[in-house]
Order: sequence, then C-alpha cells, then structure tokens
Amino acid sequence: MRVSLTINGERHEADCWEGESLLFALREKLGFPGSKNACEQGECGSCSVLYDGTLVCACLVLAAQADGHEVTTVEGLAEGEELHPVQQAFVDAGAVQCGFCTPGLVVATADLLRRSPDPSDDEIREALSGNLCRCTGYAKIFDAVRAAARS
Amino acid sequence: MDVLTPTTLVEALRLKAEHPDAWAIQGGTDLMVALNFDRARPERVLNLNEVRELRGFTRQNGSLRLASGLTYAEIEHGELRDELPALAEASRTVGSPQIRNRGTIGGNLGTASPAGDAIPPLAVERAEVECASVRGTRRVPVTDFITGVKRNALEQDELITAVWLSPSRAPQTFMKIGPRNAMVIAVVSLAVAADDELRACFGSAAPRPVLVTAPRDEASSFPERVAEAAAPIDDVRGSERYRRHALRVLTERALKRVLA
Repeated sequence: MRVSLTINGERHEADCWEGESLLFALREKLGFPGSKNACEQGECGSCSVLYDGTLVCACLVLAAQADGHEVTTVEGLAEGEELHPVQQAFVDAGAVQCGFCTPGLVVATADLLRRSPDPSDDEIREALSGNLCRCTGYAKIFDAVRAAARS
Repeated sequence: MDVLTPTTLVEALRLKAEHPDAWAIQGGTDLMVALNFDRARPERVLNLNEVRELRGFTRQNGSLRLASGLTYAEIEHGELRDELPALAEASRTVGSPQIRNRGTIGGNLGTASPAGDAIPPLAVERAEVECASVRGTRRVPVTDFITGVKRNALEQDELITAVWLSPSRAPQTFMKIGPRNAMVIAVVSLAVAADDELRACFGSAAPRPVLVTAPRDEASSFPERVAEAAAPIDDVRGSERYRRHALRVLTERALKRVLA
C-alpha cells in the first residue's frame, strides 16, 4: 500500500507492506536510518520519534497508521550543520558510548526539555525510563540532559 | 494483509461486521509486538486511530464515559487524575512515556491480560465496558467482560467503544510489584477503595479480575480475604506463594493509605 507522510517537515511517500512498522518504513524505505531497530517491542526506546508531536516508539506504530501524519526523527533535530542543543550536549558530555541508544535518547530528551525546560532529576529519570543504554552509560547521559537544560 | 482505516464510528462498526476476523488496532502496543515477532498474521487490521468518536472522555449526569482510545498519558496528566486517582496511579506505572502516549484503555481491555494495569482500578470503581456493533450497544461490568486469560466477552462483530463509571470519590490507591518502576509487567498489582465498604481487585493473581468487598469494620481481616480470593500461578515473574503473600502485604498497606 502507498503511505504518504510528512517527515521532518517534508512530504514523503513509500510502498509499504500492510503489516510493517513505521520504524521499518523509515529505515528501509524512506532513507531515515537514524531511528535504531533493536527490541521491536517498545522496551528499549532506540526507535523513539515524535509522531504528531508526541514521543512514541516507531516500532509500535503501523506504517499504515502514519499515513497523513507528521513524524520528526532524530535527523530532523539539527538546523543544517548546527546540532540541536541536546545533540551538542551529548557530544560535549561524552554521553555516547556505542551510540546505539543515542538517537532515541536525544529525541526523548528534546521532547522532555520542550515540555519541561528545567526538569528535576526525578523528572529526567521518568522521562527517559523508556530508553535503555546497553553500555549503562547513564551518568554521562544525565550530565548531558542537565547541560542541555542549562543551554 | 489488509489495513482498513475508518474515519467514523459508524464506518468502523460496519467494517467490523463485514470482517469479523479483523484485528482492531489503536495504540499498537500489543498488536505491533505480535506483528513484529511474526506471532500473528491477521488477514485484516482495523485501524481505529482516525475515529474521532473513540478519543477523549465525556460526562453524562454524573457519569464518566471514557472513550476506548483514551491513552494512559491522558489519564495520568489530565483532569481525570483527581476523579480517578487509582486509575491515574495505575496509568503512571504502565510501560514508559512512549508506551503511555500510545497505549489505550480500550486496548488494555481488548488484550485482557491478567496483568492489565487499568483493570483493577476500573473494577473497584465498578466500571462497565461499552461494546458496540451494527446491532446496537451493550454494557458489561468489567469483571464480567474479562472472561479468562486474554479472553473477553466481545462478540466477533463488536468493538470496545468506551468505559462507563460513576466516580465514587472514595479514597483509593493502586500498587504494583515489579523489578523496576518502568517497563514492568506486574508480578502482582492491587487497587483498593474505601467508602461505606472496602473494595479490592488484583492483577496478575487470577485468570480474571475478582472484585473483593467487605464492610468497613472488617478491615483487619480484609488482607486475608483478598489473598484468598486470588488464584495465582507459578511463572517466570513470581511464585503462587509469593503472589498471595504480596497481596496480603499490599492490601494492608493500601488500607493504611485509604483509611487514613
């Protein structure tokens, strides 16, 4: 089936199998491999995207459900060559180890700071509770979120 | 596979009548896992995301009608928090922010898992499930709606359209045991409310929800009564013995909260 959606502000179309996820369509059909494919069951958050402005796991959205909707992926956060403040904070804080969880964490952090520009530690923990870092690099990730909130 | 995407409830019910085998999908937090892992290949999926009537909630003569597409995030953060505190607490324990943004109350009832977090708080508020089809609409108490492990009373041509309840305004709480705060399938869960009677309902401790009631002055024996009403199993998440013990302890703690 033909799926037509807006990704990072631009119209895109793809032929999708009816049972495939938005994540699969983004990565394999639409040229947006930034969202990572890991657990495919909403446990790890590495495929986090904004769907009509709401943080979701792209693996749990049917590609067909995204028809006519707006998606923001990690690729859509930077302004040209200039990194999004959250991306810059992750770089500066060394919050990236293997990097697999980073796109999801960056999108989830950007979502948090948009809603709550000066979050408490508990708020940060809650907001990022759906994103797993397999390297267990949470301390630096925390530093990055706090730094992004200050910037 | 075919995806049907109705934009009105009338159209959704007509499609469900024409294709009773179609799997309804709302937030996708259960069905997508089945699809991603090749555990299910339904011939048709009925995508309810575009049906506006299945969003939000309304009030009618002191009753609340929660549309089946109401998300956990909406319950957790919206004005329902004050009227349905136990349901709001339960919603806050579901999955992660990403899951709560998509998962819906109708999906929890449709999946009918014994671990469904919304079910105990709905049961202690004596909620009723609205089932609709082209034949009409009926309401089923939530404790009757869930008929077994992942089984419910929905007819083949029906959709879950709403949950009805009259908020008791009773002091109430929800508790859940699991290895961490987020992304936990309950080892056991419990909702307790206390007004002129005590009401409790548990999750992950029986194939279907049971509403346990007692007069207020029988609070001291209530934890034992709740534990006895359960029919837990041994599985990867916990043993039968642990679950029964946990229910006793949780009920005691919940009573301290709601009778304070």
